[in-house]
Amino acid sequence: MRRRLIPVNVVIAALLFILLSLEPDQTKPPAAVMERGKTVYTKECLTCHQADGLGVQRMNPPLAKTEWVLGPKARLIKIVVNGLTDPIEIDGDTFHNPMPPHPHLTDQEIADVLTYVRNSFGNKASAVTLREVKRVRAEKKI
Amino acid sequence: MKTIKWYLSCLVFTCMIVVSACAEENNNIRDTAAKLPTAVADPALTLPDGFTATTVAENLGVVRHIAISSNGDIYAKLEKLKDGKGILLLKGGNATALSSFGNYPGTGIAVKNGYLYASSNSAVYRYKLNANNEVENPAKPETIVKGLTDRGQHNAKSITLDDAGNIYVNIGAPSNSCQVQDRAVGSKGQDPCPILEYAGGIWQFKAGTPGQEFKDGIRYATGIRNAVALSWNSNVNELYVLQHGRDDLHRMFDDLYTVKDNAELPAEEFLLAKKGSDFGWPYCYYDGKQEKKMLAPEYGGDGKTQGRCEGADKPIMSFPAHLAPNALVFYTGSQFPEKYKNGAFIAFHGSWNRAPEPQAGFFVVFVPMKDGKPNGEWEVFADGFAGSAEKKASGRVDYRPCGLAQGSDGALYVSDDNKGNIWKITYNGK
Repeated sequence: MRRRLIPVNVVIAALLFILLSLEPDQTKPPAAVMERGKTVYTKECLTCHQADGLGVQRMNPPLAKTEWVLGPKARLIKIVVNGLTDPIEIDGDTFHNPMPPHPHLTDQEIADVLTYVRNSFGNKASAVTLREVKRVRAEKKI
Repeated sequence: MKTIKWYLSCLVFTCMIVVSACAEENNNIRDTAAKLPTAVADPALTLPDGFTATTVAENLGVVRHIAISSNGDIYAKLEKLKDGKGILLLKGGNATALSSFGNYPGTGIAVKNGYLYASSNSAVYRYKLNANNEVENPAKPETIVKGLTDRGQHNAKSITLDDAGNIYVNIGAPSNSCQVQDRAVGSKGQDPCPILEYAGGIWQFKAGTPGQEFKDGIRYATGIRNAVALSWNSNVNELYVLQHGRDDLHRMFDDLYTVKDNAELPAEEFLLAKKGSDFGWPYCYYDGKQEKKMLAPEYGGDGKTQGRCEGADKPIMSFPAHLAPNALVFYTGSQFPEKYKNGAFIAFHGSWNRAPEPQAGFFVVFVPMKDGKPNGEWEVFADGFAGSAEKKASGRVDYRPCGLAQGSDGALYVSDDNKGNIWKITYNGK
């Protein structure tokens, strides 16, 4: 049989498949952590970011599938503790309301709520650990 | 096993192609939708007997306020630029002949005495209209006022003009309740609130004098957190505005206010803003049940104490909390039945801070008025913008009413800033 060139789409698909299989298995965090995280979310975050995590147009940004949530954990922890006053832009939309600081939350509450947010609303990302929160807060003395 | 993987990969790839092709098609639909030609009756909207709503334009973008000139041209102000432009012209009210100008996003727009006025989030501009009521030079507006506070939050500079050459500009407070740290649990209210020197009120400027700055304005009425809806009432020669009440009573003060309290407090307020009026923000909020101005918890209030707020100016009418009144029109036409004459139409953008309680609003309300005062209860005039009861409760609605305007034929126009639709409401009953 005559050997044919492998079509480009097959190559791309194969690469994609390899990439997909390289992605580490994201097992869902323990139910107890999610439950605790949800409690903090309901009290501290829900009014602005809403029950579905999609925020409010031009005011409060969505938490679903955004780099702000799925990206570096240290940045995310800092935003929760210190707040954020500058408007942020996601997919061409600007969100104006400030994020208030939450220094009153314990390290455990921050770890729980961020783990919950990173694994809700269609998000799937690694948990935020108590140790990570402690380290960021110690660094920044916050 | 390998073969299965290979087939799976092919499947994934094929799906990607199909999905991206569909997405492209959707984009095309979005682009052309703005040019939909004919006005169609919109069965989704509910109105009183004898009224009909027709969709005159769709998917225009983030349409905030609208204005209509005497020749029927509709000007729509965009909060997000489209192709680099912030004002859309719908020639003769027809969505087919669309042009755009003005390179700034914003909310306010009005036609008065041969000029089109429009605002960015920090300035007010005007364009001269020619004998055919068309903008003469869309690229070169006069700057009427510049340098108004814009810190993102509550930055809509909505505008209205009186009959004596003045323009009134809402300068919303870039804050919820003037705390040291905005919206932060445990942060005290600043007393006196420094924001009131430059925002949190309505400022009056000369409508015909270019080059004014903030310092040239007069603080006409103060203690107003944010008033996106404002309108001069020529019938009684007074300014009326609607306040967006403060947020987060429960999140910040859960020992004083329940989740339900937060959804019901404070009332949104319909205000008769006289020169020198002070409606009490940030020290006070209005409790619609007690019908009193109450002391805000950041300033020592507990939901029961009035304190310094006893003397604050009160609203002429109140509405459920957080509904976000975004536009006000006093009806002067003769097309609608007599009861609507000189009454107020108010567009409610709809709530978010009522969460986790069901959201509300997303409708246009009518308030009968006589001699500049409400003359009966408010009633829902146009509803159905949300799309369904479930969508309304969740806040994930189809449309959010944001602008209102009266056409020279007496029709009422409603604009939406979620998708960018404009409806024309006419009366054809007996």
